[in-house]
Amino acid sequence: MEQVLKNKDYPKAYLYRRIVQSKLFIDKNYMKNIDVSNISDEANFSKFHFIRLFKQAFNKTPHQYLTFVRIEKAKALLQSNKSITDTCFLVGFESVSSFSGLFKKHVGITPSDFLKQCKKRKENVKRAPLSFIPGCFITNYGWDK
Amino acid sequence: MITKLSHTTIFVIDQESAYDFYTNKLGFNVVDDIPVGTDARWLTVSPPEQPDLRINLFPITVGKMFPKETAQVMIDLVKNGKFGSGVFECEDVFATYEELRKKGVEFVKPPKKEFYGIEAQFKDDSGNWFSLQPRYNYDNL
Repeated sequence: MEQVLKNKDYPKAYLYRRIVQSKLFIDKNYMKNIDVSNISDEANFSKFHFIRLFKQAFNKTPHQYLTFVRIEKAKALLQSNKSITDTCFLVGFESVSSFSGLFKKHVGITPSDFLKQCKKRKENVKRAPLSFIPGCFITNYGWDK
Repeated sequence: MITKLSHTTIFVIDQESAYDFYTNKLGFNVVDDIPVGTDARWLTVSPPEQPDLRINLFPITVGKMFPKETAQVMIDLVKNGKFGSGVFECEDVFATYEELRKKGVEFVKPPKKEFYGIEAQFKDDSGNWFSLQPRYNYDNL
């Protein structure tokens, strides 16, 4: 049975709810042209108070978190074979060069190298799927028969 | 010398539902999603900041791993919350509690200050329960 926190045990509940609301706003609107002002407006905070509380809750500033979400979504899109240009605009970047630069900074390789790696992995998975699964699981689950 | 944990398994009731829970609710990334034969699937996920840990979401179905009677026993144990499958870390337990509740995650224990620190506990969609605790710097303990 679900247990819910009582307000008396949780005096700053309203603050947490607004900060979480703003994180969810980023999760939902990362593809749009949003910045910290939009996000702090969403949470009804002054910009600097908001940045401090957000970082305290998620260990990233709102801007760092927005970039993180965009890069993670970009990785997923590239893995599903989307082109680099399409991916760039679908996750809210306005230029391919700034997208590529940030992608490399966060992922360690360029989007085109990442795309090549994904394609190669997919081909290998298709050719020999069991080589991507530890042998102990294959035998215990009976997948070797 | 063991150097790290690379794979671990969480036994789930419904693999597709677990996929949705671990990715859309907990925010984990899919690492492997590989069809095996006609009716099996190797599905692993990892927490966002721990990409080299593969959590294998393995469905309890009758087969070599689980003969019929064992499968039913396992399903009952998981559904009844008899498996505590681990501790997940987060930056702030209250914020993560608010976020996960908003996404429909069921908490069996809301954040509470214990002698070992603040902890909450939630269940996955199968019934496995997890502890949620703040990031610790164990070197400073």
